[in-house]
Parts: sequence; C-alpha cells; structure tokens
Amino acid sequence: MPVQSPISSVNDFVVRFANVNGSGSASANEMFARSILRHGVPVSPRNIFPSNIQGLPTWYEVRVTEDGHLGARGGVDMMVAMNPQTWDKDLASIEPGGYLFYDSTKPMPASKFRADITVIGVPLTAITNSTYTDPRQRQLFKNIIYLGALCALLDMDPKLVEQLIGEQYKGKEKLLSSNVHALHLGRDWALQNLKCPLGLRIKKADKVGDRIFIEGNNAAALGAVYGGATVCAWYPITPSSSLADAFTSYCKKLRHDPETGKAKYAIVQGEDELASIGIVIGASWNGARAFTATSGPGISLMTEFIGLSYFAEIPAVIMNVQRAGPSTGMPTRTQQCDIIACAYASHGDTKHVLLLPEDPAEAFEFAAQAFDLAERLQTTIFVMLDLDIGMNHRLCRPLKWDDARQYDRGKVMTAEMLDDGRDFGRYLDVDGDGIPYRTYPGTHPTKGSFFTRGTSRDRYARYSEEGSVYADNMQRLVRKFETAQDMVPRPLQANAAKPTKYGVIYFGSTAPAMDEAIGLLEANGHQLDRLRIRAFPFHSSVASFIADHDFVYVVEQNRDAQLRSLIVNENGIDPVRLVPILHYDGTPITARFIAGAIGDHQDQLKLTPLRKVKS
Amino acid sequence: MTYIAKPKFHHPGLPKNDLGFTHRDYEGKISTLCAGCGHDSITASIIEACFELSIEPHRVAKISGIGCSSKTPDYFLGNSHGFNSVHGRMPSVLTGANLANRDLIYLGVSGDGDSASIGFGQFAHSIRRGVNMTYIVENNGVYGLTKGQFSATADRGSKSKKGVTNTDNAIDLVAIALQLGASFVARGFSGDKTQLVPLIAAAIQHKGAAFIDVISPCIAFNNHAGSTKSFDYVREHNDAVNRLDVITGREPISVDYAPGTVQLVEQHDGSRIALRKIDADYDAHDRGGAMTFLQKHAAKGQIVTGLLYVDPESDDLHSHLDTVETPLNTLEAKDLCPGTTALDRINASLR
Repeated sequence: MPVQSPISSVNDFVVRFANVNGSGSASANEMFARSILRHGVPVSPRNIFPSNIQGLPTWYEVRVTEDGHLGARGGVDMMVAMNPQTWDKDLASIEPGGYLFYDSTKPMPASKFRADITVIGVPLTAITNSTYTDPRQRQLFKNIIYLGALCALLDMDPKLVEQLIGEQYKGKEKLLSSNVHALHLGRDWALQNLKCPLGLRIKKADKVGDRIFIEGNNAAALGAVYGGATVCAWYPITPSSSLADAFTSYCKKLRHDPETGKAKYAIVQGEDELASIGIVIGASWNGARAFTATSGPGISLMTEFIGLSYFAEIPAVIMNVQRAGPSTGMPTRTQQCDIIACAYASHGDTKHVLLLPEDPAEAFEFAAQAFDLAERLQTTIFVMLDLDIGMNHRLCRPLKWDDARQYDRGKVMTAEMLDDGRDFGRYLDVDGDGIPYRTYPGTHPTKGSFFTRGTSRDRYARYSEEGSVYADNMQRLVRKFETAQDMVPRPLQANAAKPTKYGVIYFGSTAPAMDEAIGLLEANGHQLDRLRIRAFPFHSSVASFIADHDFVYVVEQNRDAQLRSLIVNENGIDPVRLVPILHYDGTPITARFIAGAIGDHQDQLKLTPLRKVKS
Repeated sequence: MTYIAKPKFHHPGLPKNDLGFTHRDYEGKISTLCAGCGHDSITASIIEACFELSIEPHRVAKISGIGCSSKTPDYFLGNSHGFNSVHGRMPSVLTGANLANRDLIYLGVSGDGDSASIGFGQFAHSIRRGVNMTYIVENNGVYGLTKGQFSATADRGSKSKKGVTNTDNAIDLVAIALQLGASFVARGFSGDKTQLVPLIAAAIQHKGAAFIDVISPCIAFNNHAGSTKSFDYVREHNDAVNRLDVITGREPISVDYAPGTVQLVEQHDGSRIALRKIDADYDAHDRGGAMTFLQKHAAKGQIVTGLLYVDPESDDLHSHLDTVETPLNTLEAKDLCPGTTALDRINASLR
C-alpha cells in the first residue's frame, strides 16, 4: 500500500501516455481526450514528441480541467507507461499519490515501482496476443484495449467513447466493430480484475459549451483560405508542415470551381525555403494573396527576400510556427524564440509586422487579417505561432467570419485611375501615411509600369544612389511602420481586482498559463495588472502600461528576453523596470512556473527595500 | 541599371507592326553596360522578337536576378513591369508571378552566375515544373560586375583576363535543361541576331518552360585569347543546327525548299528573313538525340546553336495544377471565401 494517500480528484487531473513513436498510439490517445470532451469536461492535450520517425519515446498528455485551464499544468497524476525505455523517467514524473498504469504481462520487481503511488497492472500484451494473431493488429489494438481499461478506471461513459469510434470509422464497418471489440476487451478486464473507479474520475459536466477543439496550424490554414490566399509555396519543416497540409486539404474541399472542377488556388512545394518565399513575393507582386509556412531555420533562409519585401514594398505573409532554436535546436519542442529574428529580419535597417495569436481562434483571425495587412502595408506580415499552439489541439471559441467582409487590397492604382490623370509614383507618399500606390503588371498600355528593385530608387522608382533620396525613402518606411501601429491588433489589458504597482506583459501561447497563474498569484496575495501584446509594432498603450507600474514582468518562452528587448528598443524604456520571466526548456510554459517565478520576485520585493535606480 | 531615359522622338517613317507599334515602343532606358556588350545585342533581339510578334508591351512581365544580365530588362519594353529581384532567385519570383496571373507573358532574364551558381537550384526546379516562361541566360562565363571571376559555365582550361586557367568543369545549362524536361531548349549567340530573334519569338509563343542559353561575350573581362566565350572563339566554333522563324496569327507564308538549304522569305511587315531548313539528320523533337548531338559536338570543341529540342504538345505548371482559367489575382472574396455557412459546418465538425 502506498504511504501517500491516492490522489482523489474529479475532472481535474493530468494523464500522460508514454509511448514509442510509430506504435500507432496517437489515434487512441487523442480519442481519450475527445471522449472526455464529450462528457462536457474541458481538456488541454499536448504532444511531446521526438524529432524522429519511429522508435524514440513520445508522450501525449491530457490535462482534464473542468475549470478550463488550457495551459500546461506540470506534473502527472496518472502515467500510462507503455515505453520501457523511459520507465524510470516516467515513474519519477508522477505526483505523490498518483497512479501508474502499465502492461503487467511480464512480472516486474518491486524495485521498479514507487511506494507513494498506486500501481495498476493490466496484462495488455497477454490480452492482445490471445485475441489477435497479426502483429500489426496486436500493436494497434493494444492501444484501444488500454483506452477501454481507462474508461472503466476513470468511470467514463462507454457509449460516448463508442460514439466517437463510430464517427471515426464511419462507413468502415469492419474497422468499427473490431475497435469497439478491443475497447470492450480492455473495459471488461478492468471491471472484472481492478477496483473501478479510481480516485481520478470523469463526471459529466457542461463546461465545454460551443467551443471547438482544433490545432493552431489547422486554424491558421483555414484563416488563409478565408483571407483569400490563392498561392501557397512552402517547404516541409517541423512544426509548420501541418499548416500547409491543412491549407491543401481545405482548398481541395472548398476552393474548386463548381462548374469546371478547376482549382482556385495554386500550391507549390518549393525546393527550399528560398524558393518558397520567392514564389510568394512574385505572386504578391503580381496581385495574388500568397503565403508560406515555415519555422526558424526557414526564416533564416528567407531573410534576404524578406529584406526585399520590406525595401521594394511587396506584400508577403509568413506563418512562422516557432520551435526551439538556434540552428536545428530542438525541432519538436516549443519556444517563442524568433521574435527578434523576425522583427528585424534581413540586413540593413528593417522592421517587420508581427502578429501574436494566443490560440487557434486568434490564429484563424490573424491569418486572415495578415493578407489585408500585407496588401495594405505592402510588406511582409509574420503570423507568429509556435509548436504549442500549432501542433496541439486547443479548446477555443468557434471560428467566426463576417460574410459582408471584403478584402482590403490596399492602394492599387487601376487603369481608370491612371487615365484620370492620377500622378503615379511608385514610392510617392501621397497620403502622408508612408504607404504608396502600386500597380499590377499588365494594368495599362502606357502608364503605371515601373521597375521593382532591391536597389535604392527615387519616388518614381528610378534607380538612384543619391543619399538624400535614399534617406527620404527610409524615412517614409518608418512613417509606414508608424501607420501600422493603429492597424494591427491592439494589446488587451485586464486589471487586478485591487489597485497594484505591478504589471505583467505576455503574448501568444503563454496566455492560458498566464490566465491560470494570475489566479495562483492572487491566492498568495500578489496583484498584477495584465497586458497581452498581440502585435508588433507596439501600440502606444504598451508604453503607457509600463509607465503606470513600478515594475512590469515580461513573461516569454526564450532565453534572452526577446520581447523585452524589443520593447526596450522600440519604446526607450528603462530596462530595469522590465523584469524578465523566462522559460525556455522546450516544454510549454506552465502556470506553476509563472506563479512561482513572479511570486519569488514579489516576495523578494517585500523583503528588500526597492533599490533606487540611478539615472 | 540606368536612370537615363531615351529621347521620345523618332523617325515618323519607322515601320509599324499589326498593333501600330514601332521598335521604339519596345525599347527601354539607355543601357549602361559596356559598349559592345553582347547583352545589348540580346536586348535588341528581344525588342525585335516582341515587335515581330506584335506583343502588347505592357502584357509582358520581365523578371531578373542580379548581375550584368539582370540589368538588361530595364533596357527593353519600357512599358512593361520589371522586377530586379535577388541574385539567382529570378525563377521563383517568376514562378509566383506566373501563378498569380497566367495571362501575361513572362520573360526571365538571367546570367551564368545567376543561373549556374547561386541560382542553379531555382533554374532547375522552374524548368522541371514547366513554368510557362521564356528563360534566357545571357552567358558570358564570367562575373563582370565583380571584375572577372570565372562563372560555373566557364570551360575547363579556358583563361581569365588575368591569365588564370579554369580547372573546374563547366556546367552546360542546355544539357541540364534537356535532362530536366524543358519543352523548348535552344542556344543562341548574341552576335547572331538573325538566328536569335526567331528563337526568342518561338520561345515566347511556346507553352511551357522555354530555355535559351545565349553565348554573350563579356567584352571587358572575357573577350580575349584563351577564353572560350569570346566573340572570335564562338564564331569559329559555332555549329548552327537550324534556322527558323515564327509567324502566327496571319495568313501563312508558304515556302518550299530543300533540307539543309537557306531560303529568303518576305514577311508581312516587309522584312525578309533567312530560313535554314533543319538538316535532314537533325530531329528537334528527339530529346535524347539532342543530348547526344550536344555531347558529340562539345567533344569536338563545337558550340551547337539553334533550336535543339521542342515539344509542340507541351503543357505548363497551371495545367499540372489544374487551376482555373481566370487569373488568380483577379479572384475576389465572393470567389474565394467559403463564407459563414461553410465555417459553421467546420466548427460543428470540431466538437
């Protein structure tokens, strides 16, 4: 008997599956998460997988969270340990009083277990071997059998799980019946041989509402469809490939001419990232909405073209699904580490617009909006996802669209406008907002053509190396960037329950963990006002927020406090007033981490009088 | 690159084409390349070809990379949109532009540094994708803008202006284009406008990836004894497989003459061209034969020029992708956005 009392919790715990990559477990694990959702209980699942096709360890974690906390929690209440290779590590990650579920076909010595946890052995291999002869079936159905056993142990409604299996294998009766049979095998064995249910239980609730369950990459791809992207050029790279795959899939369903069956889109898998962004820039120059999806190493390769986009003022949209860098880094681990690389991408003086969605719903909205912004501002727009948003299912509000919405094609001079005698200078700032007019190739027989180049030119696109002409152009680009401040999504502020001298700034996938951390901090007496930054350039409210507080914590998932550096650099803020809270081990940031780090700092402030900062 | 516009006045008696345009309507700014540069001759040939085909200049998009050759789009078709992109990456930019609007004519101008070194991959992949374009490499075997370094098309054993011998093997872009499936492959010589103009005209009319390698001596850095890309060397070693002309959209002019002979033919605009009928033993529809022919003559130190291969039934990238006939850049929200009804269905499927 464990010394520690077993954890007892309804609709609030973490189950982690430890599997071997390529064992076919992903489908069963995801079905487990979806089954809980069907009980009306929110879940927040995360893939933790290696940069490997087959054989290495992979984990799938499901946070069951009736309170709706969608960030990673940290710690494991129940480990489904299906990978002997990671046994010791998996065992160590279980919370005191937690549960270990394992394949008990082969007896294991007592030394392989912990005294403070409850061990649940199910002879999975023995059950599958006695039922199936085909090796692949034995492997695949073992996953469904443990799903069945978990249903019994966690008191889940078997009908809801069967309903999901029915949906997944609709029209494939043989697969449907065999999966349901495997599910029953596991459930029946558990009911007959184990004490069911455990302290951890699922109870039907009504906490999901109309929310949807979708990965950020999928949502961003759909945003590109709704935003009118017709050209996608991309090169496979983790964790962004599924975005291009999803775009392809949605286009096949939604973008074919009903009469001819022909495609109203063009998708090219480039030979590399350089070609991909080149295709995007060529298409955008010619008036199509185009994008690429990539990750950090791809951004590195694209930077020369990104500079061209900035200087020659050609629209482009880049969906950057960030992963841990530098170099190849940790390709399958999450970070927010491309902030500086994207904000100032390429050589010379550049500044680029970054959109920072917090979840799939915003990924959809920002992806669609990126095409309007790219054409309005005639420059590269980065949609900064990361692996945690991009490749994990996340509960979010339903995706919304306004059918009355028209695409903002920006300042495009037409043949009629040219015939009306409008003065066309490709780089003329006619409206004072730094944004010039452009023309599409083929617009007019004698007017409006110009030469696009990465070399310096005057307001009429004529090559010039005159210093004053160059400086005039660069200043206009600054004006354009200032114009962008009021076009991009504004920061969202939420104030603490009581007046406070302290604030916290965060962005992107940190949001759900921050939401939860605020509650933990408040419980310990720490009040913080919050500002979620949603875009660069920064809105003036960012500087105001910092000015209104003695200290502002800046929470981000990288080593070097990149957002903090950008705020300091762009707003002239005294760095001492921005306290970095940094998480960068490649795992998603947790509420526990944020609350711990900020709480420690706050506690120190109470102990030590505030040091006077010398000017 | 130049900012010097050509004077607009011209002789009132200049011949006009079907659209009423004169040669002047196909010109661009004044070239700032070295006097006598082969690239300027290619520019003149492009102007002539577009004039003869009665192309509306603004319906052409001219795209280049970086380098001497890539400057030249500024010097022709002044009423066309041009794009001087980045070194070696013209093919991807052109591919994107072509995907956006399939209705324009795409002229890609590149150099041997651009296409055979930094842009070798992009050259290869644009060819294998069958992008509908005329891809012209102005090939002088040398980096002119950076004062004379060998390019990847410089022949092994050839000498630089400084007397250095090239020890690397040359890349033959024509051979590569053939191997990659280009449906139109030709080689020209900048000093042979009679041959080059119809090659360019045919390439423009070809549907699919049309590639023309034009030997274009660099008079500043690669026109000396020891260079295999000099005017003298190419003239002495040139073996033209055929002469051709392209006339479309009018009443056909018929001639009848023997294979291997030359025939002067009067065109609709009054000019005359010389046709050399393809030699009886050369079949421009045989890709494998073209590769063998190239290698056989290269071994003899001969530079084969002319139309080496053409597939008259070719298609292009848009055909492969099965895209709508309407240019993608003209599609609007009503054509592209699936709307709230579809989104509601998607939302429902995600619960």
